[in-house]
Amino acid sequence: MKKIFLLALLFLCCGVAFGQSNQPVEMADTLRSSGKIYVVIATVAIIFTGLAIYLFTIDRRLKKIEKDK
Amino acid sequence: MTRFIYQSWWKVLAVIMLFYTLIAGFLLDVPELPILHETIRNVYFHVPMWIAMFTVFTVSVVYSIMYLNTGKEEYDLVAVECVNTGTFFYVLGLLTGMLWARYTWGAFWSNDPKQNSAAIAFLLYCAYAVLRNSIDEEQKRAKISAIYNIFAFPIMVVLIMVLPRMTDSLHPGNGGNPAFGKLDMDNHMRVVLYPAFIAWSLIAIWIASLRYRIRLIEYKKNEIN
Repeated sequence: MKKIFLLALLFLCCGVAFGQSNQPVEMADTLRSSGKIYVVIATVAIIFTGLAIYLFTIDRRLKKIEKDK
Repeated sequence: MTRFIYQSWWKVLAVIMLFYTLIAGFLLDVPELPILHETIRNVYFHVPMWIAMFTVFTVSVVYSIMYLNTGKEEYDLVAVECVNTGTFFYVLGLLTGMLWARYTWGAFWSNDPKQNSAAIAFLLYCAYAVLRNSIDEEQKRAKISAIYNIFAFPIMVVLIMVLPRMTDSLHPGNGGNPAFGKLDMDNHMRVVLYPAFIAWSLIAIWIASLRYRIRLIEYKKNEIN
């Protein structure tokens, strides 16, 4: 299992290396398109994910305390 | 109703809806307007703060009325924490509005009728907090602040929603110009705006419910002693 995994990883690296040699260095991936607005969206999404998790954690902790009563 | 705040489906719903508005709010097309430019997207974030405030203040009034009807101490606690959360969203709404105004109207504060009456409405709810904290006796405090809250709410609505519309104001929807009507808002924006209203309102209710649960524990702790 481990060997197969290693082999797959090696092949993957190979693929990446070939890809790099064939394509221009500047890759126009989605995060860099339309004024890099996607970066801002990602930032806002990370912040809100954090806040949401924070709220859920408070909720869970409160539930625990309420159960102890 | 009390069971509702312990359920989690609506919290998940709020988070998902908010995620949608955060992403769609930046990506979907908006009308191209002079002065506003891309800041028109602020509509998705500034206005929902006020809607969230209105929602929790409304819940607060409902619970104040319920308190006066039944005399159940818990209802009073709900009313207080809703007002506290509403005040928090009020501050967020005012700050985002001031920042937006700086880049579209030219100044953080231009004594716009809506700005001024929003400031007065804030004092109204500050007075609520002062009134509460100045009364030691529990039932008296609950009763008087419930009555004050019921009167403060319609005054706040008149101050923010009615009076600015009767004079000239920089805010859209005042002094005869349509409130983001056909001219400055299209249906594309409503697709994001209305879910944002619902999502932020639910988030506000969630925060208020968490504060209420903490306060309930404190209240029960004090009761035993």
